Amino acid sequence: MAELHVELVAADRKVWSGEATRVVARTSSGDIGIMAGHQPLLGVLESGPVTIRTTGESGEGTVVAAVHGGFISFAENKLSLLAEIAELSDEVDVDRAERALERAKSDDDAHAERRAEVRLAAASHAR
Amino acid sequence: MGAQLRVYKRRIRSVTATKKITKAMEMIAASRVVKAQRQVAASSPYATELTHAVTAVASGSDIKHPLTTEVDNPVRAAVLLITSDRGLAGGYSANAIKQAEQLSAALTGTGRVVDNYIVGRKGVSYYAFRERPVTESWTGFSDSPTYADAKKVAAPLIEALSKETSEGGVDEIHIVFTEFHSMMTQTAVDKRLLPLSLEKPAEDSADVFEKAVGDEIHALYDFEPSTEGVLDALLPRYVESRIYNALLQAAASEHAARRRAMKSATDNAEDLIKSLTRLANAARQAEITQEISEIVGGANALADATAGSDR
Repeated sequence: MAELHVELVAADRKVWSGEATRVVARTSSGDIGIMAGHQPLLGVLESGPVTIRTTGESGEGTVVAAVHGGFISFAENKLSLLAEIAELSDEVDVDRAERALERAKSDDDAHAERRAEVRLAAASHAR
Repeated sequence: MGAQLRVYKRRIRSVTATKKITKAMEMIAASRVVKAQRQVAASSPYATELTHAVTAVASGSDIKHPLTTEVDNPVRAAVLLITSDRGLAGGYSANAIKQAEQLSAALTGTGRVVDNYIVGRKGVSYYAFRERPVTESWTGFSDSPTYADAKKVAAPLIEALSKETSEGGVDEIHIVFTEFHSMMTQTAVDKRLLPLSLEKPAEDSADVFEKAVGDEIHALYDFEPSTEGVLDALLPRYVESRIYNALLQAAASEHAARRRAMKSATDNAEDLIKSLTRLANAARQAEITQEISEIVGGANALADATAGSDR
């Protein structure tokens, strides 16, 4: 299966990079799936999970990351996911995310609530 | 012990204590430089990818955006100055401030009003002492800035740029910070952040930003949700990323400058201890010589006296 190169970078570090067959991310106009040979694209990401079906050196599998804000750009078979904050599913601190969720609910902060939910959803994938 | 010798001994003790402190500070700064350098390196993939994206939008579309269009007669410019929170770093803050002064003079000379934005306690107190107006200032994170700090700094700048100049908005954003070249070389530089010079984005960009921009031909992109939407979201992030990079480089430079200043302080303390020890030794010898001559003189006087009574 044709593969594409993926780079997932946060503002202060590189989170994940490798080969993948398919990447699903949430842009401001809805979920988008990208496979090798996609048309060049530049989009704005929403808070949401990014699912990467990995292949190549990193083996067959799925990498899920919680991504908050940023961009997705695809050109010449290279996909860049630029996020202000990005956490891989196994890096998410579940206790902290749950506390953040409760706090956001009591403060009525829809943004923070959404972020915490995304983190928890990504974390539940790792378990 | 003689008074002279006691004074020297006391001074040696005090200089030795100071030397211990400067030596400790030197080593702390040395380890932090390494950490700061690593942070600069860690932030560069994001900066590189972001610059890619910005050039892609800029070359793939010909829309006008307030953040990219050059104003014919700029009347107001914002200058963001990055200094340190703490002293004992040699000329680090002073050099950055001097650079900012030069830039301000040049901008004022061409008929622009300068708004000052300052990071770091040293810069803030410099402007406060001279009673110059400061539009906004931030302190407390100069030695280990985070991305959240960069966002905090970038927010009012982006807001000022999107406002009309008649309402206190600015036409340009300049940034003055200390570029980190190596452990031994750091130079204060000023750069224009916005409006972007899109034709030659590499020209006034920091190193990491330069790498991304080559002579590559960019593909025709599909923009999601729209070109304007992407640019609206992209440019603030670009500014934040540039400011973050500047803050990190400034932090690395600060630690390197402090390490060098503390190293020369330690060396000076060593020299001082050496010359004081020499003086103390001389004083001790003089004291001994004096005592001997006093004893000899006393013994002679006594011998003369007894010899006289014998006669």
